[in-house]
Amino acid sequence: MSHRHVGSLHAPDGEMAIKNARDVYTRRNEGVSIWVVESNQVLASSPTDKGPLFEPSNSKVYRHPTFYDIPDDVGAM
Amino acid sequence: MYAQMIKSTGQGVKSDEQMTEQERAFQARIDAGEKIEPKDWMPDGYRNNLIRQIGQHAHSEIVGQLPEANWITRAPTLERKANLIAKVQDEAGHGLYLYCAAETLGISRDELVDMLHSGAMKYSSIFNYPTLTWADMGAVGWLVDGAAIMNQVPLQRTSYGPYARAMVRICKEESFHQRQGFHIMMAMCNGNQAQKRMAQDALNRFWFPALMMFGPSDKDSVHSAQSMAWKIKMNTNDELRQKFVDETVPQAHYLGLTIPDEQLVLNEDTGNHDFTEPDWSEFHSILKGDGPCNVERLEVRAKAWEEGAWVRDGMMAHAEKRASRKAAAG
Ligand SMILES: [Fe+2]
Ligand SMILES: [Fe+2]
Repeated sequence: MSHRHVGSLHAPDGEMAIKNARDVYTRRNEGVSIWVVESNQVLASSPTDKGPLFEPSNSKVYRHPTFYDIPDDVGAM
Repeated sequence: MYAQMIKSTGQGVKSDEQMTEQERAFQARIDAGEKIEPKDWMPDGYRNNLIRQIGQHAHSEIVGQLPEANWITRAPTLERKANLIAKVQDEAGHGLYLYCAAETLGISRDELVDMLHSGAMKYSSIFNYPTLTWADMGAVGWLVDGAAIMNQVPLQRTSYGPYARAMVRICKEESFHQRQGFHIMMAMCNGNQAQKRMAQDALNRFWFPALMMFGPSDKDSVHSAQSMAWKIKMNTNDELRQKFVDETVPQAHYLGLTIPDEQLVLNEDTGNHDFTEPDWSEFHSILKGDGPCNVERLEVRAKAWEEGAWVRDGMMAHAEKRASRKAAAG
């Protein structure tokens, strides 16, 4: 199951953070589970670094199956 | 709006030549529709302007709970009561999303709350009016949340990432607020004569205060010009006010209510309604603190903060004790 960041909040500890997150971020049934982590424990890349970080994967189209032409005669592959 | 009369640098928008290279690059990113994120470089003016605006917006959500909370215990049915609680709870959530967005700019929530309580920061003028009858719950949802939506929808495209994302969440929740208010109005307008009179009276009292929410005309304001160049503000106050009037008039007609403005008329040439401006001296006196409920609102907020201190302290002490026990055991 993929978790995605929905927001930040204040809490004295992890348990309360989960309770608060439930109240603040799932009032309309938006979740089935909650992960919390102290924000000072999060290391984040900077959006301005997105070039050096992610650009290299752009040029490697051969990582995708569609790069390889396989004749239809071979059947499903 | 929820953020009214936000001061920018006051210097006007810098020309290309007046900007440093860094500022030019920053402006180019904004012009290209890129989002600015917390770790990105930004001019101090942009940062401070946003802190004021997001802070004022957050305070408005929080203080805005009070006029409606006033009626929770006296809602006419259990269902209406549940609706209103859910709505007021959403507003608390909106305040929290926005305080979190403001915190990414390097100010703490405690600092912001202190500034609210000391009067150094404002909240929307609209919440300084009393809610006298149950019909006011209808008028507030319909008009006040309606006006808020008008302002918040374009802010989903604002240049500051955390603010824009908070707005997306808020807008998703906001339309229930307006509809529950309109639903109350519909029920009252389909009721007996006394109920209909209450609905009309609520509209009479909230119409001009709702128009004031957008703030005075800012077509010549240097502050607004800068905010618009930075895409912190997406429309002029007059544009949004006009849009609000044009959308609300037919809704009032549907309810069989009369907008309390004898000058209100559909202008055939423009396709928009001509209407009477609210009394701006009343607006300014409310911003100064002299509205009907300013003192009460701040007192209630400060009291809740002070009387909740032992709970916050207790929770922290408990968390620390548990953490140190765990450390000792580990
Ligand atoms: Fe809200
Ligand atoms: Fe709302």
